[in-house]
Amino acid sequence: MALIEVRDLNVHLGESHVLQGVSFEVPEGGVTALLGRNGVGKTTTLRALMGLVPRRGTVTLAGADLTREPTHMIVRRGVGYVPEDRDVFAGLTVDENLRLAERNGSPRYELVYELFPELKTRGGQRAGTLSGGQQQMVGIARALLNENSVLLVDEPTKGLAPLLVTEVAAALERAAELSTVLLVEQNLAVVARVAQQVVVLDGGRVVHAGGAKELLGDPERVRALLGVHGGQVRSDR
Amino acid sequence: MSTFILLTVTGLGLGAMYFLIASGLSLIYGLMGVLNFAHGAFLTVGAYVTWWTGTHVGGGPGIKLLVGALAGLAVGAILAALVELVLIRPLYQRHIEQVLVTVGLALALGALVEAIWGFDARPFPVPAWLVDTTTIFGARIPNDRFLEIGVALAVLLALTAFLRYTRYGLIIRAGVENRAMVTALGIDVRKAFTLVFALGGTAAALAGVLSGVYFGAVDPGRGTSLLIFAFIVVVIGGFGSIGGTAIAAVIVGLIQQYANYYASSGLGDLAVVLLLALVLLARPGGLAPKVAH
Repeated sequence: MALIEVRDLNVHLGESHVLQGVSFEVPEGGVTALLGRNGVGKTTTLRALMGLVPRRGTVTLAGADLTREPTHMIVRRGVGYVPEDRDVFAGLTVDENLRLAERNGSPRYELVYELFPELKTRGGQRAGTLSGGQQQMVGIARALLNENSVLLVDEPTKGLAPLLVTEVAAALERAAELSTVLLVEQNLAVVARVAQQVVVLDGGRVVHAGGAKELLGDPERVRALLGVHGGQVRSDR
Repeated sequence: MSTFILLTVTGLGLGAMYFLIASGLSLIYGLMGVLNFAHGAFLTVGAYVTWWTGTHVGGGPGIKLLVGALAGLAVGAILAALVELVLIRPLYQRHIEQVLVTVGLALALGALVEAIWGFDARPFPVPAWLVDTTTIFGARIPNDRFLEIGVALAVLLALTAFLRYTRYGLIIRAGVENRAMVTALGIDVRKAFTLVFALGGTAAALAGVLSGVYFGAVDPGRGTSLLIFAFIVVVIGGFGSIGGTAIAAVIVGLIQQYANYYASSGLGDLAVVLLLALVLLARPGGLAPKVAH
């Protein structure tokens, strides 16, 4: 059964009709990757699911309609969000960034510090002075702090060093054991490692949906759908 | 030397009032992106409610001032919260309309005050000990200057502690940086909007009370005249920064006093505008841009 159902999602940003009737389903459990070339509307799709941009269409979570809910209510229904470019609060410390994300009486600090021990030692440091990789850890940690049924994660490995990419991929795998993950990711090795399903966007529409292995194991289709050259994609372990 | 000390303490007293008005303006713009032109009206209403309540309670001037001030602060807070809930919230992210509404509200509240209490200045209940002077290094300084400075320092410390140690303070500091991301963490940031408006209205009303003590009277144009300098303070200090606002308020108050005395009477305002131009050229974001602390 689909946990998230997106039907005929349309988003206009200024003059641009970015999403033109996007429809797809995210099954419960595991990782579904939202793929596509730059500028096809992947980030806008996640922002639309979060209610961060004006949208038309229907979005349901476990049958509950989210379409008219404000962003904070969508989150309270159990949707965690890791935005593109981290969006940590630069003037706040790491501890304050995490404290702000607490939604109930039992935040999962043990899990967060197990995945990212560095955040414990840097608790008093202002987030704006962290490296890009450390900021990404804060962004992911904020989403993992609460029990969520779904995590929307937008390009978590963007601009990170290879070692950090591996660390973030491991965190995504762990996150997928606890929640359903909808992942926007350009690094196909990471997608091959963590995702079971893929949805491909092009021109503001869904052009492919199916198993990750089937798509990534077919170089011709990868080239045709994503414009990526090269052989079969290997998982990044 | 005594003149310099008198000018300095008087400038700090003036800066204290600028800070009280500007701190609310700064947080409101920093968090919500609302340029609140009605903020001066909160000051005027707070001052008039203080004066009116003072004339209707018994006791000496001290009691009248204290009771009146409590009523003024309460009305300032409630008025500001109502303005946010009724007029600003429906216009969320419609900045032009917000400016028009706040300008209209400032005009309407000013006209209402004039209609009820007239155009003439009203004498403020000021205890004798506040009118007396204290001599410091030969300078005879009116005691009310110390009250203004002390109250502003207390408000600065309280606001800083509120922003640093409370959950709502954390939400406001984060919201000043990135409001959308705060909502994406499941936080209803609109409650913080109302709270910030109420806090700003209270601080503005407090400035109204202190301006009544400083000038010895209250008049309908008081809020507007002080609001202009408060806006300058906010721009120099950096929108959203309480620390930057405090520093800028002190600088503006002192420069006004020094320029008026050492250069020529009336040059103080020009000196402040020149300072504003210099800061905008050198640091367009102000002294401490876009971080609530």
